[in-house]
Amino acid sequence: MRKKIKIKLNGKLKAINNNSTLFNIVQKNKIPLAKVAIELNQEIVDKKKIKSINLKNNDKVEIVHFIGGG
Amino acid sequence: MQECAKAINLSGAEIVTVAVRRVNITDKKKPLLMDYIDPKKITYLPNTAGCFNSKEALRTLRLAREIGGWKLVKLEVLGDKKNLFPEMIETLKSTEVLTKEGFKVMVYCNDDPLMAKRLENAGACAIMPLAAPIGSGLGIINEINIRIIRKQTKLPLIIDAGLGQASDAAIAMELGCDGVLVNTAIAKAKKPFQMALAFKNAVIAGRQSYLSGRIKKTLYGNPSSPKSGII
Repeated sequence: MRKKIKIKLNGKLKAINNNSTLFNIVQKNKIPLAKVAIELNQEIVDKKKIKSINLKNNDKVEIVHFIGGG
Repeated sequence: MQECAKAINLSGAEIVTVAVRRVNITDKKKPLLMDYIDPKKITYLPNTAGCFNSKEALRTLRLAREIGGWKLVKLEVLGDKKNLFPEMIETLKSTEVLTKEGFKVMVYCNDDPLMAKRLENAGACAIMPLAAPIGSGLGIINEINIRIIRKQTKLPLIIDAGLGQASDAAIAMELGCDGVLVNTAIAKAKKPFQMALAFKNAVIAGRQSYLSGRIKKTLYGNPSSPKSGII
C-alpha cells in the first residue's frame, strides 16, 4: 500500500498519497482552476506550476474564490 | 443568487463588491457567483470585508488579484466589532503597501477630511467615506464633512455604508459624490427589487440635481411670479 501523508485542505484534515502534487488535489476535487486562487502554507501559488508542486506532510492548502459580499 | 443578480440589474449598479472565501470542497455542486453575475458585464470589486488588521487585508487582496487578474480592489479594515468603524491607522498602512504593489485601491474610511487627504496622498484611487455605521441605515450623519471632502479631492468620492433609503442616496449625490455603495438598505428592504429600482432613480435624480445648481436658501419668501403688470 502507498504511504499516506496528512495535509490540511481549506481547514480540513485530509489523508493523501505521499507523492501527490497540488494538481492532483485540484483535479480530485474538481476545482475550476480559472475561478480560484491557491495558497500553500500562506504563500500564493502560481497556478501554472501546480503540476510540479509536491505536497509534504502537514502542508496547509487554501483554495479560495469570490462570493457576493461587501 | 438569482435574486441578487436581479436586484443588481434593477439598481443599474456597475460595480459589485465580492469577498474572498474558501471553496466548498464537500459540496462541489454549489453554484458559483460567476455563474450568475458575469464579470465581463459587471465589474467585480474584491474587498476585505471581515478583516480586522492590515495583514489579513493584504492577504485577502493578494489572493483576490490571483483569482481575478485585476488590480482594482476595495480596502476595508475594521477596528471594532460592535460599531464596525474603520481602523484608520491600519487602513492607511495597507493603502501604502497595496499602492506600491500596483493595486488600485478604493478605500473605505471614516468621514474625516484629514484622513481622506492622507489616503489620497498614500495613493488611494477612490475615497469611500461612511455615511453612518455599516448596516445602520441612519443615512448621512455628517453632511458637512462629506462636503469638505468633496471640495478637497478630485478623486472619485463614493459613500460607502450607512444608507437606509433611496433619498439618502439622492442626498449623497447632491453633495457631489460620484456614487454610492449599498447592500443592506436594498437586501433587507421588505421589497428589495423595488428598493433597488428606487436607489437607481435616486442616484440619477441626485446627480442631475447636483449638476443643475440649486437655488440659494433664503430666510423669507420670494414671489415666483413677476411683479410687473400687477393690476
